Amino acid sequence: MLKVENLDVWFGDLPERVHAVRQASFSVAAGESFGLVGESGSGKSTILRAITGLAGGWSGRIEVAGEAVSGRHRSRAFHKTVQMVFQDPYASLHPRHSVDRVLSETLHLQGMDQIDARITRLLDSVGLGRGFRFRYPHQLSGGQRQRVAIARALAAEPRLLLLDEPTSALDVSVQAEILNLLSDLRKDRGLTFVMVSHDLAVVAHMCDRLAVMRGGEVVEQMAAPVLRSGQAHSAYARDLLAASSSYRRESA
Amino acid sequence: MTELTTRAWLLSDAPQTRRQAKLGALYQGWLTFRANKLAMFGLVILILLVLMAIFAPWLSPQSPFAQNLADRLKPPSAAHWLGTDALGRDILSRLIHGSRITLFIVGTVALIAPVIGLFIGTVAGFAGGWVDQVLMRITDIFLAFPKLILALAFVAALGPGIGNAVLALAITSWPPYARLARAETLTIRHADYIAAARLQGAGPLRLLIGHVWPLCISSLIVRVALDMAGIILSAAGLGFLGLGAQPPMPEWGAMISDGRTYILDFWWVAAVPGMAIFIVSLAFNLLGDGLRDVLDPKGAKE
Amino acid sequence: MSDPLLSIRDLRVSFPTRSGLFQAVRGVSFDLGRERLGVVGESGSGKSMTGRAILGLVRPPGKVTAERMDLGGQSILNLPESKMRALRGARISMVMQDPKFSLNPVMTVGQQIMESYRLHSGQGGRAARDKALDMLRAVQIRDPERVFDAYPHEVSGGMGQRIMIAMMLAPDPEILIADEPTSALDVSVRNEVLRIMDKLVTERGMGLIFISHDLNLVAQFCDRVLIMYAGQVVEELAAKDLHNARHPYTQGLLNSLPRLDHQVDRLAVLQRQDSWRDQTPPLRSGA
Repeated sequence: MLKVENLDVWFGDLPERVHAVRQASFSVAAGESFGLVGESGSGKSTILRAITGLAGGWSGRIEVAGEAVSGRHRSRAFHKTVQMVFQDPYASLHPRHSVDRVLSETLHLQGMDQIDARITRLLDSVGLGRGFRFRYPHQLSGGQRQRVAIARALAAEPRLLLLDEPTSALDVSVQAEILNLLSDLRKDRGLTFVMVSHDLAVVAHMCDRLAVMRGGEVVEQMAAPVLRSGQAHSAYARDLLAASSSYRRESA
Repeated sequence: MTELTTRAWLLSDAPQTRRQAKLGALYQGWLTFRANKLAMFGLVILILLVLMAIFAPWLSPQSPFAQNLADRLKPPSAAHWLGTDALGRDILSRLIHGSRITLFIVGTVALIAPVIGLFIGTVAGFAGGWVDQVLMRITDIFLAFPKLILALAFVAALGPGIGNAVLALAITSWPPYARLARAETLTIRHADYIAAARLQGAGPLRLLIGHVWPLCISSLIVRVALDMAGIILSAAGLGFLGLGAQPPMPEWGAMISDGRTYILDFWWVAAVPGMAIFIVSLAFNLLGDGLRDVLDPKGAKE
Repeated sequence: MSDPLLSIRDLRVSFPTRSGLFQAVRGVSFDLGRERLGVVGESGSGKSMTGRAILGLVRPPGKVTAERMDLGGQSILNLPESKMRALRGARISMVMQDPKFSLNPVMTVGQQIMESYRLHSGQGGRAARDKALDMLRAVQIRDPERVFDAYPHEVSGGMGQRIMIAMMLAPDPEILIADEPTSALDVSVRNEVLRIMDKLVTERGMGLIFISHDLNLVAQFCDRVLIMYAGQVVEELAAKDLHNARHPYTQGLLNSLPRLDHQVDRLAVLQRQDSWRDQTPPLRSGA
């Protein structure tokens, strides 16, 4: 479904060029759920942005559903195949656009028909119901906003969903609801996920396989059970696991 | 529907229809605006001004042009509430008719300048690169000249007259709006919701008009309302210099200009239109302040 | 706990809104000794507002009322701003979530620490400088001289948060309120910052109020935990007993977390109940 080979991503021009990702390679099979974990600045989100053409310059090879993409321009077919859910639901919805406007514009752009019926169905599928259709973002809670963002991403009926820290701005109880929703949607629609997170527990819960990133490079790739059992090969991955599972007092 | 339920319907957090959502948003804004007493005061004055302009022929006791040299330079009295000018014309009548001209100037400039500014600023900010460079350097050139001097030059070239004065004012007052719109666009450009729309395949024109403009317009409206006073004063300035409205048009600036010869002995001839300009400018400023509370809550509170 | 540093009874914070009075904090009571007290809750639970109310940082039109709010036996409820300012920093300090927003960008780190110390101690420049360098060393900054002359944008997030702690602890306050001090930090940095804070607080015998949304972190870091829901304390327990929490809200929060050590198909979802809002908060017996 997704294949990334020797991906380099950089920002800025040559003298002060900053490399955000170096020589990253991984591939995700159709129907699989793949996680990218790492600390801030490890380049995990940048990879998603490079795939979608939102990041600066890049080199290497990105293949989506067998089609190689190039530069920053993406075809219509690409937008129908790949969609993204952003980290901060407070920043990813236009403050002056109602839910109705967001979804109908999206459906219109994707060339869908029966827009009214589809909006209702989309809202139902993310557990919001039609009562939310005419609300503005400021009338929604963080979790509800993220549901709208998910509905927007699903409008095109994509096959690959890129999730950029979809729950890190949310409370844990809301996080559970959103993660369950995402799992259900994946099951129902046979979606492929690529999920970026700094939270190992979330990635282990959601993903089959994951890549650990550090300083723009992929340190290690492993299956989720390997992560759980603490049998990662690289010291960094083990450190990360230890650090995120607990804080221990020096005295204790 | 009773008063209370209409209110509840409007303030509902769960609007059922598009119309209810729109009206609800408007009502919220109105409530915020209404809480600002000074802004309400400004709004009332401006509404009165508009009514005065609409009903000018019925309100004014005499013709604004009727001269009566026997009655020249009369102080305010029962016959002439605000006195008469050097040609014996009733100042109150001229003031009332002058409100039409003031509104015409203000309205036209307020329509033209921000639109030019919005267009140039957002295109520059959104496109970036050389487009940004070229457009902003043009803006800088306009900004480099004092506004009134530039307007003077335009009017001198186009010929004096109210239409040309308005045009000159509009052409010279857009650059600050372009700057403002560009600055806003730069902060919006990289927002996630723009990225999300891009991912749906939205083209630059759609992003610009549908996504960037609605966010820029509110701050522009506030800025325009606050600038209105300046525009009125500039227009009056042009009138005063004889480059705006031509006699015998009862333009307020020109009226002050007429009165300046007699300002020591017959103060009301210049002072009355001066007061009118002052009050209207103040009203626009207060209105702008209130609009800022409504449209740009970040700037106003905390 | 014979002599609490801070004693609060029935603290309420309310804000007037268009649809009536909004109560952000509804009757919170607790005592703080020389201990680490965790305050946990979701966004909107009033946990941050509680911290702000103690420091007198609730802005009008917000209103703070309490039956009692004593610092060392002396009431600090609604003190005039001038007296509160003398108190803030000197006796109670606060570390905020994001150091990027709480450090002054146009002053060097050293100047800011010196200023916070001089304001409260009245010491001269020389002593303040020594104290600032000491503090930077205390928060385990390896090259204090260099960091002293650095501007906030030149240091990393973890370093910034350590600087904040240095700054807040320079005047030797009795109580430190830390509002999500590590939420903006990466896990590896987080643990280091926590360890430093832990050490300083323990060594100096301070009281710490640790406000966080992270139950597990609080359980591991604090001695005692208050769980807040909708402006009230719904449960209070010793940190080590957190996993035996009785209140359904606390249990629900704990269960909704994905866990590394055991796999579930679906996460448990918290079913909120209206009754949680209106129960009387459990009063602690002097333990």
